[in-house]
Amino acid sequence: MSTPPFSLWVYLSQTPLLWLTVTLVVYATADALSLASGRNPLLNPVLHSLWVIGVFLYLTGTPYQVYFGGAQFVHFPLGPVTVALAVPLYENRVVVRRALLPMLLALVAGSVTAITSVVVLAELAGLPRDIVLALAPKSVTAGVAMGISETLGADPALTAVAVILTGIMGAIVVTPMMNRLGITDYRARGFAAGLASHGIGTARAFQVDEVAGTFAGIAMSLNALVTSLLVPVAVTVLVG
Amino acid sequence: MIACFSLILVCQLVGEIIVRALRAPVPGPVLGFMLLFGVLMLRDRLKALARGPLEAGRIEGTAKGLLAHMSLLFVPAGVGVVQKLDLIAAHGVAVVAVLAGSVVLTMLATVLTFLVVGRAIAPAGDRE
Repeated sequence: MSTPPFSLWVYLSQTPLLWLTVTLVVYATADALSLASGRNPLLNPVLHSLWVIGVFLYLTGTPYQVYFGGAQFVHFPLGPVTVALAVPLYENRVVVRRALLPMLLALVAGSVTAITSVVVLAELAGLPRDIVLALAPKSVTAGVAMGISETLGADPALTAVAVILTGIMGAIVVTPMMNRLGITDYRARGFAAGLASHGIGTARAFQVDEVAGTFAGIAMSLNALVTSLLVPVAVTVLVG
Repeated sequence: MIACFSLILVCQLVGEIIVRALRAPVPGPVLGFMLLFGVLMLRDRLKALARGPLEAGRIEGTAKGLLAHMSLLFVPAGVGVVQKLDLIAAHGVAVVAVLAGSVVLTMLATVLTFLVVGRAIAPAGDRE
């Protein structure tokens, strides 16, 4: 027998409306708290949205697929937002052109370090081979990393989780780390943030400084390119 | 705004089509990003292009609106962690430690290379 509030829940929990609303409301709240804290890195809006929504799904017994049915509308613009990065690149093209060589060499150094370090550390930690493969492309944006993971025969869902954890940790660590190192060049700081932690690092960089955000966006796009080429090679050499 | 969003989608769509057709290992949106950049550069040369979504400031405004909320877009995929709770229980600590170590090493390698190369090529007297 279903009481009225229960049948309402049964109906709503199957519609995209509820899960889209939950995603936006939780994120808007987390973002407002982050803003109120003066963008304290520990109040990263993605991090806090994830566990709040995760706990909510757990308590209501909602399968992830049902949640994603609503949340997919927020997931979809990941592609368009990558395209949109062309605008800050265009507006800052003069600054960018002057830094072309440092950028390209930092891109190669960063990309190789990102892949090599995660594979070597994961093997040292004794993680099983399928997890090592799924972690390898973790520094590039979710859609691209999941594609790479699929071609390796790894688990794309696990890769997506690794990508987002990497992004959150990078976004939390970057400002205190760069300040401690006394690095004041926002081009270099942003580039490192975008390369190591893709869109979440780029979003963080835009919060700190517009030039940092632009360089982060370039690093994120270029790294997506380089990593798609490098991961298959690196995996053959390192994992065997 | 609709016209601007359409332009962004068209760039991505053309990017995806080229990638599939050529079986290129490049992600479609990354090619779309290059296309949009190319279109904007071309607009500087050909004034006739500066209309519709490419009118001064229009695509810029839409793109910045999208970029301002980029973090939100990662939430749905991130919530996928709920599907991996058994794996987190078994290997969570090691995975987080490995990812944290790797992200720090990656940032250090990137930022130091950028600064060292930047300093090496800067003409004397042009250093900040």
